[in-house]
Amino acid sequence: MLLIRCPYCEEERPELEFRNAGEAHIARSADMAATSDDDFEKFFFIRSNPKGIIYERWRHMHGCARFFNAVRDTVSDRFLMTYKAGEPKPAKLPGASK
Amino acid sequence: MAKADAKKSAAAPMPAERRAALAGQELSTTGVALAVLPPAERISLRAPDASVAALSKALGVTLPRKPKTSAAKAGRTALWLGPDEWLVIDEAKDPLADCAKVTVLHSAVGISHRNVAISVTGPAAAATINSGCPQDLSLDAFPVGAASRTILGKVEIVLLRTAPDAFRVECWRSFSDYVFTFLSEAAGDATA
Amino acid sequence: MIAAFRIPGAGRLKQAETARFSFDGQSYAGVEGDTLASALLANGVHLVGRSFKYHRPRGFLSAGAEEPNALVEIKRDSARKTPNVRATVQELYDGLTAQSQNRWPSLSFDVSAVGDIASPLLSAGFYYKTFMWPKSAWKNLYEPKIRAAAGLGVAPDQPDPDHYSARYAHCDVLVLGGGAAGIASALAAAETGVRVILADEQADFGGSLRFESGAKIDGQDGFAWAQGAVATLKAMDNVRVLSRTTAFGYYAQNFVGLVERVSDHLQNPGRGLPRERLWQVRASRVVLATGAIERHMVFADNDRPGIMLASAARIYLNHYGVAVGRNVGVYTANDSAYAAAIDLKKAGVGVAAIVDLRDNPTGPVIDEARALGIEINFGRAVIRAGGKLRVSSMTVQPKNGGGERTIPVDAILMSAGWTPSVHLFSQSRGKVAFNDETKRFVPGTYAQDCVSVGACNGTDGLSATIDEAYSAGAKAAKEAAVKNAGANAAKGAKPKVDASESWSRGMLGAAPGAGADTTVKAFVDFQNDVTAKDIRQAVHEGMRSIEHVKRFTTNGMATDQGKTSNMHGLAIAAETLGKPIPQVGLTTFRAPYTPVTFGSIVGHARGPLFDPTRKTAIHPWAERQGAVFEDVGQWKRAWYFPKAGEDMHAAVDRECVTVRKTAGLFDASTLGKIEVVGPDAARFMELLYTNPWEKLEPGRCRYGIMLREDGFIYDDGVVGRLAPDRFHVTTTTGGAPRVMNHMEDYLQTEFPHLNVWLTSITEQWAVIAVQGPKSRDIIAPLVEGIDMSDEALPHMSVREGKICGVPTRLFRMSFTGERGFEVNVPADHGQAVWEALWAEGQKHGACAYGTEAMHVLRAEKGYIIVGQDTDGTVTPNDAGLDWAVGKKKTDFVGIRGMARPDLVAKGRKQLVGLKTKDPKVVLEEGAQIVGDPKQAIPMTMIGHVTSSYWSENCGRSIALALVAGGRDRMGETLYVPMPNGTIEVEVTGMVFFDEKGERLNG
Repeated sequence: MLLIRCPYCEEERPELEFRNAGEAHIARSADMAATSDDDFEKFFFIRSNPKGIIYERWRHMHGCARFFNAVRDTVSDRFLMTYKAGEPKPAKLPGASK
Repeated sequence: MAKADAKKSAAAPMPAERRAALAGQELSTTGVALAVLPPAERISLRAPDASVAALSKALGVTLPRKPKTSAAKAGRTALWLGPDEWLVIDEAKDPLADCAKVTVLHSAVGISHRNVAISVTGPAAAATINSGCPQDLSLDAFPVGAASRTILGKVEIVLLRTAPDAFRVECWRSFSDYVFTFLSEAAGDATA
Repeated sequence: MIAAFRIPGAGRLKQAETARFSFDGQSYAGVEGDTLASALLANGVHLVGRSFKYHRPRGFLSAGAEEPNALVEIKRDSARKTPNVRATVQELYDGLTAQSQNRWPSLSFDVSAVGDIASPLLSAGFYYKTFMWPKSAWKNLYEPKIRAAAGLGVAPDQPDPDHYSARYAHCDVLVLGGGAAGIASALAAAETGVRVILADEQADFGGSLRFESGAKIDGQDGFAWAQGAVATLKAMDNVRVLSRTTAFGYYAQNFVGLVERVSDHLQNPGRGLPRERLWQVRASRVVLATGAIERHMVFADNDRPGIMLASAARIYLNHYGVAVGRNVGVYTANDSAYAAAIDLKKAGVGVAAIVDLRDNPTGPVIDEARALGIEINFGRAVIRAGGKLRVSSMTVQPKNGGGERTIPVDAILMSAGWTPSVHLFSQSRGKVAFNDETKRFVPGTYAQDCVSVGACNGTDGLSATIDEAYSAGAKAAKEAAVKNAGANAAKGAKPKVDASESWSRGMLGAAPGAGADTTVKAFVDFQNDVTAKDIRQAVHEGMRSIEHVKRFTTNGMATDQGKTSNMHGLAIAAETLGKPIPQVGLTTFRAPYTPVTFGSIVGHARGPLFDPTRKTAIHPWAERQGAVFEDVGQWKRAWYFPKAGEDMHAAVDRECVTVRKTAGLFDASTLGKIEVVGPDAARFMELLYTNPWEKLEPGRCRYGIMLREDGFIYDDGVVGRLAPDRFHVTTTTGGAPRVMNHMEDYLQTEFPHLNVWLTSITEQWAVIAVQGPKSRDIIAPLVEGIDMSDEALPHMSVREGKICGVPTRLFRMSFTGERGFEVNVPADHGQAVWEALWAEGQKHGACAYGTEAMHVLRAEKGYIIVGQDTDGTVTPNDAGLDWAVGKKKTDFVGIRGMARPDLVAKGRKQLVGLKTKDPKVVLEEGAQIVGDPKQAIPMTMIGHVTSSYWSENCGRSIALALVAGGRDRMGETLYVPMPNGTIEVEVTGMVFFDEKGERLNG
């Protein structure tokens, strides 16, 4: 069971309290109705599924109930960092993956 | 509107009886005692930072701003559940009425009947809860007054430490049977 | 009476305290503190099992968890039969009953042992090569017969009557292994005041101190020191000491699973104690002090009962006071077996000879053995063991060939050296490194916050071990304290080693006489019957990677996971490949370290705690009325209320008719309910539902549809606007949690600028639906403060007031097509209000109805159920719900998805009604629909039935179906092919009853 640092609770909490919510930083268009077929496909269907660093959303479902973002290495399963929903994608990551 | 009319009605029938879930259930083993607590008034309070001061004043208890903490005053406890969320529990007085007087931005929703509270007390209280709760319940990590939504077995609970060896476990009404049964089974093995 | 091989005065057990036990029906006496293995050995019993593949007779190889051979079944009663228990781990209690496994008809005469004679046919890869074809043989021969013949043990056929406990625990320093290293680490860490957990798999702490007669610490015998140190630790508030506890899995971020065997060693555990307790420990720092495991020598017939590890013989002697024979031989490639010979000799056991592969080793143990008059043969090998059910001799030859000499023995003690136990380190994703000089894999690169100390780290000698372990314990405490609370300076003193034993090296692979030029059965893996020859054969047949060799031969794949065999197997493979060992590499160790019961993993989650059973406030009333319940997710819902003599069909018919004739009461409490509050509540609702909400007047309701972004229906429900900034939203019963999550997701991450909050009020309100022409008459007398007239409270409106003196949110709405209400009251009042309504209802002939009648009544009106009539691929248009989509809206979740080319294309499946040509025939839900029943198979299916019922109100069957281009097929005849004939149906509209909807105000 992983330990995940919730940026709202400001501490690491057991994975059982959390739920993964898919890839992060996929913005919903402000003018959704006018989105082209191609753009809608990218927005709704296409995900990066990388080997290595992934930016993803989690929800502290059974804790503070907040959605937040996390940077995780899919190879080592390590969390590099977590940050609040709405904050930009971090420019620099703490500690490289092993 | 509805209230005014209600007062006028002369032929009011007998108020419907309140039958709380698990009312009065208790269990005592070596090291730990469980008891279903009497009904209490509760609200789920949601508000942005700017409203906290006014709401604290109206409620008569300072809404805590620090994660995993609570504040209590005169039978009323406010538990920090999230950055804009508090569970306010009062043994007698309905906090909903106090919030109704406040004009600042907030949401107060009555949930007195949604939750059931179970007290877990005794030297083995933390061990009992740790049978199904993955959080660190040592006094360093979860001191008296600490409060958190978390997991017990397969359900969600809100946990409040009321004393070094006493916790209040809140869960939704229909999960109370599961929670009480879980704690009862755990209590039997908590002194190990 | 003292057993034949128990040596008076030897060992640490109180020999007067006897315990009776039986093995294969024969009764024996043991001593309290014995394992089943030591007790059997005390009685001279070595033959305890048959091997997996060849059914060769087997005895005890070890005295611990690494035991591959001595697997037995322990039987307490008919339900408590545990197969595959290692006799070397099972502690004796008075009355213990054990049976050997894998033999028929008896242990000493096993007909399957012919497999041993026919073994050339059963060579490596036999299973892969043989059981390939024909396919039918899998079902009829291979699977049933081979399983019966092979298989390890028999599972009990009754539910497990024991219970299993579980605990999450947190600590600063978790020390795994309670030998000298673990104890020293725990002492150093504990003295600083941090939280320490020390766990060991044995009943007694001490590890190798249990047999090392030469160890002295702090002026005491090593084992006595260990007991004293553990007692000190136990007395400390910050320390938890767990014996009989195996760390079986090391997971991410120092999360370690331990199983504590609480009562398997007790004669009468009592109901109070769990059988096992699962500890899930999160530690800041882990100290691995898991020791090392002795390897056997690989020579011909090295599996005969009586041949065992030298250290095992020492434990049996020095701890249990048992001699493993009267005239033992020793075969070794390192010093540690000498100590066994010396201890046994001193205890009066005959030592026939020591055979040492090394040419001219020197050292104090060799001198001591010589001084005791033991015959020592350097540079020689044991090339063969004699005897079958028990070893009777060892045949010795110079290692480079020459004259043979056969020495009679009744036991052979062997040692090829020691393998560091890096299992948990490897599980932690650490990378092992090969030390070429000492020929062993030791921890190399760490992946987690842990440290290895002592023998598992390749540290030799007690003094060096304690130095290393003590400072590692102190360091771990310090590091953990930085992270956590804070530690004090260590108060205690490092244990002082006064005398110790020292071991060196040894050998890997096959010994002379079992080399590449031989075909003898020299076992590498005892449990899976893998010989040195099998491993060479695997390489010759093309296996290059150790992973392939392992799988082809099954070396190391038995329940002991190759604790004794992996290194030998690897060395033989490397030698055959002509590559150095590190280039061939070690396979990764996986959890569990030793087998774990399902019970301990399941823990409390059995019976009522398997899954929560949710009941409504009104449930007790329904139960008293004899309702039959159905499971809807975790909820129990009243399905129907049969009267005396009624079957389900009759009850549902009556309930449906009564509702439309007078009225019915229905418990709708399980409906999901969400209170949406804030100045932007209507704007939020506009974005989450297809409908327009801004203009909905407070006090009015609307049926809302929620889509996913892909444009498909996700949920539906009636929403009441209580105030400009407050909505009372209902969801489907099953959808409640995910709808809440979906709404929170959009609110928090896409529309965080909106000032609105969501609160689940599902369980705050009990909901009583009162439906039917008499519904108002039933409710009105109990209501205060609400004008119940059609003008003041029209269909689809909501009012707050009181009923029976308690607050209510009273909805005028209908899921039956009749005049109807849903009475929301605070949950604890639900039952009393229901009873009051029921009493009123009785005056009008109302009934209680369940979910089945509710389903029929709504289907008669063509109201859909999301998840039954929709399946995640149905748009509002498909469901005929276009009217509920706000045409002028510029945004809502799903607005774009709904416009995708495929979702607006012609020929989509649309929801329609179906009437069978024979009104008595009720279609099956899920049945497929075709246009032409005479077409060739496979037919083109154009749709399927989603809902189907007998409707007593319509006097015929009714059904809803998704049919391609359905709305253009009105009146068409379609066909439903079923196993007993094809059913003709007519496509109709979805409303079967009161098409004009007049009864809503009836």
